[in-house]
Amino acid sequence: MDGMLNFQVILDNFTYFMIGRFPNGPLGGLGLTMYLAVVSCILSFFGGLILGLLSLSRFAVIRYPVNLVINTVRGLPLLMVIFWMYFLLPALLGKTVPENNTVIMALTIFTSAYMSQIVRAGIEGIPKGQVEAALSTGLKHWQAMLYIVLPQGMRNMIPSFVNQFVSLIKDTSLAFIVGVSELTHVGTQINNRTMSFPTEIFIFIAAVYFVLCFTFTSFSRWLETRLTWHKAL
Amino acid sequence: MERFPVLKYHFDWSIVTSGKYFDWLVSGLKVTLEISAVGIVFAFIIGLIIAVLKMSQFRLLRWLASAYLEFFRNTPLLIQIFFWYFGSYKLLPTPVNDWLNTTNFEFAAAAIALTIYTSAFIAEDIRSGILSIPKEQMEAARSAGFSYLRSMQYIILPQAVRITVPPLVNQFLNLVKNSSLAMTIGVMELTYQARQVESYSFKGFEAFTAATVVYLGLSVTITALMDLYNKRVLNPLRR
Repeated sequence: MDGMLNFQVILDNFTYFMIGRFPNGPLGGLGLTMYLAVVSCILSFFGGLILGLLSLSRFAVIRYPVNLVINTVRGLPLLMVIFWMYFLLPALLGKTVPENNTVIMALTIFTSAYMSQIVRAGIEGIPKGQVEAALSTGLKHWQAMLYIVLPQGMRNMIPSFVNQFVSLIKDTSLAFIVGVSELTHVGTQINNRTMSFPTEIFIFIAAVYFVLCFTFTSFSRWLETRLTWHKAL
Repeated sequence: MERFPVLKYHFDWSIVTSGKYFDWLVSGLKVTLEISAVGIVFAFIIGLIIAVLKMSQFRLLRWLASAYLEFFRNTPLLIQIFFWYFGSYKLLPTPVNDWLNTTNFEFAAAAIALTIYTSAFIAEDIRSGILSIPKEQMEAARSAGFSYLRSMQYIILPQAVRITVPPLVNQFLNLVKNSSLAMTIGVMELTYQARQVESYSFKGFEAFTAATVVYLGLSVTITALMDLYNKRVLNPLRR
């Protein structure tokens, strides 16, 4: 043991941990973490929805390549995806891309692949009879999907989406690696500056993430009990 | 062409298929597999203990197990790695610190973080595996004279482990992928080496493609083995 822990360093840098140099500079710290998580979550919700629907397409020409892409991304570490974006985006676009956008792009692609599996499971959980009934009332296949199956499936998907959001919050910590000044990066920065309080700093950051993630995990559990489908029979 | 510099990029695949850089990547793969193998073994043992504690009759033990699960599942792995690497020395007794400093500390810190993180996920998988065994099995074992622990050991766990293998394999795959985070504290695993090749040769595309192919190869192989297991062991009658 090296003596008592001293959390004064947290108090001294509290606003820096929370919002970085905002409003006099760019947003950082917890604020940026939340920004990255929320933006990537909204984008990958739509990404996951589209990929999920395409992966269930009746046409093999669509189904196979989409599944190949999904499984490729799911087989890679997020860090790899971030590095790919970091090198590929500037090369493709011919100009530098702000790190925030690189990370949002990587998180979106990565999370979309996982969200697509949730969408898929949600749709496959709806009894086939629903589609058959919809088709027999004269709806087209895409209408049956959009108006009948998806709204019912969505109900089962919501808790899993919230869980995915929790993973996303945790995953934003990897943005640190390309120099985005979110919570983890701010922590290492303050650690490098103050030198002698790594234990206190990382316990504090872990606690912040924990409070945030645990709130959403509990919310998702509550939703799960609330939204459980009450079957007629 | 001007707008798409990638089209002008000169690919040179030979640098990652032979020579010095190839050796770096191979040594990286070795470290990735080493840390994953160590991690999965210890994560399984700890996960099993936590799962059993979570189902204990004593409220305090159940509560402790839940606290462990929730805390390690709801904090980023990267922070846990940093905590063990940078911050653990203040909480550990001096002899332990001295001993750790004589070992490969980067590897040890990353292995500890990965093990604990993964064990929290494995515990839940094992628990749902155990819960899926009908409780009559336990009642029958108890009435045959087995103690609670012995019924667990001889009757419940052997059945539960069979069901738990597929999710465990999945956790192993996650562990392999998560081990890439160890590069942040200087463990020279696959991603670290890919990055290294990139900065020495400026051949980022080749280096990251090579690492990507290796990661995908690992996950495809392991998934195929798991499918085989599912067919042979879990559903032996279904062909």
